[in-house]
Amino acid sequence: MIVQTAKMALQAVWGSKMRSFLTMLGIIIGVFALVVLVSLMQGSTDYIAGEISALGGSYYTVRIEDDHNKPLSMDDLDAIMAEGLGSAAPLGQTYVTGKNGRASDAFLLYGTTPVYSAINDLSVEYGTFLRQSNEDNHSRVAVINRAAALDLMGTLDCLGQDILFNGIPFRIIGILAEDDGMASMFRMQDYVAYIPYSTAQRMDPSVSSALGSFYFSAPLDADPEQAQDRLDHWLRERFDQDEDAYSIADNTAIEETMRSVTGVLQTLIGGIAAISLIVGGIGIMNIMLVSVTERTREIGIRKAIGASRRTILLQFLLEALVLSLLGCALGLALSGITLAIVSLASGISYYVISPGVAAIAIVFSSLIGLIFGLYPANKAAAKPPIEALRYSE
Amino acid sequence: MIILKDVCKRYQVGGETVNALDHACLHIRQGEFVAIIGPSGSGKSTLMNIIGCLDLADSGRYELDGQSIEEYSEEELAKIRSRKIGFIFQNFNLIPKLTAEENVELPLIYQQLPKRERQERVMQALEQVGLWNRRQHKPTELSGGQQQRVAIARALATKPAIFLADEPTGNLDSKTTGEIMDIFHSLHRQGSTIVLITHDSGVAAQAARRVHILDGKVTEEETV
Repeated sequence: MIVQTAKMALQAVWGSKMRSFLTMLGIIIGVFALVVLVSLMQGSTDYIAGEISALGGSYYTVRIEDDHNKPLSMDDLDAIMAEGLGSAAPLGQTYVTGKNGRASDAFLLYGTTPVYSAINDLSVEYGTFLRQSNEDNHSRVAVINRAAALDLMGTLDCLGQDILFNGIPFRIIGILAEDDGMASMFRMQDYVAYIPYSTAQRMDPSVSSALGSFYFSAPLDADPEQAQDRLDHWLRERFDQDEDAYSIADNTAIEETMRSVTGVLQTLIGGIAAISLIVGGIGIMNIMLVSVTERTREIGIRKAIGASRRTILLQFLLEALVLSLLGCALGLALSGITLAIVSLASGISYYVISPGVAAIAIVFSSLIGLIFGLYPANKAAAKPPIEALRYSE
Repeated sequence: MIILKDVCKRYQVGGETVNALDHACLHIRQGEFVAIIGPSGSGKSTLMNIIGCLDLADSGRYELDGQSIEEYSEEELAKIRSRKIGFIFQNFNLIPKLTAEENVELPLIYQQLPKRERQERVMQALEQVGLWNRRQHKPTELSGGQQQRVAIARALATKPAIFLADEPTGNLDSKTTGEIMDIFHSLHRQGSTIVLITHDSGVAAQAARRVHILDGKVTEEETV
């Protein structure tokens, strides 16, 4: 019975293609808006998250909030490493003017220790990163990034040459490999140089021996959470059992924060798009009501030859359902095509229909078909056969 | 087959009560060919609606094929219509979007018959009215007489207890009327019960028995 009735519903929808299409348009647009917006949001989130995790392994930023008049020093970092807790490095920064011959430009100068390159996954293309001896001797040496070498020194073959930072000559001992993607996006400065922390202290008094923060990473073979716990324990002892004296932030926290923000945005956008789906549903109800009036006579005939109230109800309900689901299918197809085009055009492969939102669209469309079809279908089923037969005679 | 006893039906029209049926009594036996004759407004249609289980009487007793039709729900009436009554209407009442074949099949779908039996019955019915070769045509592609023959096939396919024809020739010319009446005669010869409602005395004269209705009152006219 259901199969036959579904066939009849399909026939009715197919029988008036233009009207059916116009009726479905609301649902098509609604599903399209919902699926494309949410999928784009999801794709962008995945893309950015992927870029963030490409920034390097997990490291922690430790911030000292209150040093209890016992400022953290380089010796403390040495102690952390000596105890095998993990790697720890300070990072001081100062802005300087870098100069080579007549070329000069603004530089972001980082003062740090050799282990920093391991903590932050920096890779050196030519030469070496800073060495412990550089730190001990307050050496004037620098590791510069690729862009600085190319633009300011004019060549990648500039190891051993001098560059002037605020007029002070620094020997170039290494050139960093260019990091692409988000890592370079997050950096505000085009030209960057790493120099020993002890040297940086002399360049800028704000780079203090009392550390306000430092970077930390767990030993390679250790469980990161355990390492974090051990560091936490060490720091608490260091600061008189005061948990609030310091904070440890995970770099994955950025990703989590971003995900929660975009999650909220996604729900919001989805909600707005869902409203257009409801509008589409009202369109279906409208046309179904017209259709019921137009087909009053047909309903009468069907009832006279034995269709029960339930059968008529089912027929019109299925028609509404077919309209909304067909609209949903077309909307999904349109979304798929659009997302494919966006993916191709942007070169970002993350833009695909997210299965979750597709499922939501299907369920929502069915519900809309059922809910907005129920009233017209019931109206059709309730028509008394004699009056329906007499209609427009 | 059909027993009506003291059946009354009243309508409210513009604040006035109209006695569409006034203590109507009628007895139709199995295999009879009965014509019900009356001018318009005489209560013919009301009688047909009640016999056809499209409507219920206000009072009185109605028995169809040994089954008393009284306080049935709409759902149950639909079931009785589907099993026992084969309607044939003045304006054919075919569904315009469906082909002849599909129109004939429709009541069988509502009876929930299996597909094979449906196909068989559709073929038999359409062959009997001589339209099997036009089964793929839509009603608009058929002449009035052909449409009425499809409608008869639709009634025929359900193997109803009675054929209930309401002015079946009212919209047809005299030649086609003859063709349609021939089909009714052949159905009658095969043992079907036929109730034909008409105001055309020429058509009514072909029935074995005639019943007159006027102002809701039914009177017999025994001819044989």
